[in-house]
Amino acid sequence: MIRLPFVLFFSALLFSAGVYGVLARRNAVMVLMAIELMLNAVNVNLVAFGSDRHDVGGQMFALFVIAVAAAEVGIGLAIVILLYRNRESINVDEVNLLKW
Amino acid sequence: MIATVSAQEYAFVVLAVVGGVSAISVVLARNVVHAALYLVVTLLSVGGVYLLLGAEFVAWVQILIYVGAIVILFLFGLMLTKAPIGRDLLDNQNRWIGGVVGFGVFLGLVFLIQDAYKVQDSVARTTFRTTTGDVGISLFRDYVLPFEAMSFLLLAALIGAVVLARKDEAAK
Repeated sequence: MIRLPFVLFFSALLFSAGVYGVLARRNAVMVLMAIELMLNAVNVNLVAFGSDRHDVGGQMFALFVIAVAAAEVGIGLAIVILLYRNRESINVDEVNLLKW
Repeated sequence: MIATVSAQEYAFVVLAVVGGVSAISVVLARNVVHAALYLVVTLLSVGGVYLLLGAEFVAWVQILIYVGAIVILFLFGLMLTKAPIGRDLLDNQNRWIGGVVGFGVFLGLVFLIQDAYKVQDSVARTTFRTTTGDVGISLFRDYVLPFEAMSFLLLAALIGAVVLARKDEAAK
């Protein structure tokens, strides 16, 4: 009963907030939070299109994206904690170990 | 012109405004714990949107996994890393570029959506209700292989996280 473009606008807003967060934050945990916002925007789109086309496949993909997001946060925070233990800082602009 | 607005659309607009405002607050907050709590509000409103779209199972998974597990992980990450408070400590110098790019992405997406699905003559279709049973049947009938791959990925992520975050005592 909800018109599709409304949901897409909401998702676009979430995604742009995530893009800004990834670009502007320097704390690694905040960058991960912004990535979560973007993944949520994608999930909203998947469910909305699946609902619009009366296809349960959209929800399947949303569930898989949620599982991948959980794995990503687990690994990401492990890396952040390791980084903090070694460098006493989790600012992404100060980490240059792999910089050429 | 916008035709009749249904009750679900009113509920959706409320949820979308709450979720959008708190999503912007997540990326603008000066206090990291406040950002995590704004993230909870955003995730809950996204879960509400799933319910309005008739995706019952995904909505509860969203609340269980995101609000219950991922945000708790974030809070633990913040506690263990003593995150600073203040905009200059949390944001880098490219804030203005980030703002321009983020706003540009938003405008571009809005333009594309409006171009593809004209809001003024879009029609509301009947809600596609799916029960947990429908989702389960589809998952184990059509998506078994991705499901197994996903369990493997989660196992790999579990082992990887344990190996990464464990204190390396042998090396000292």
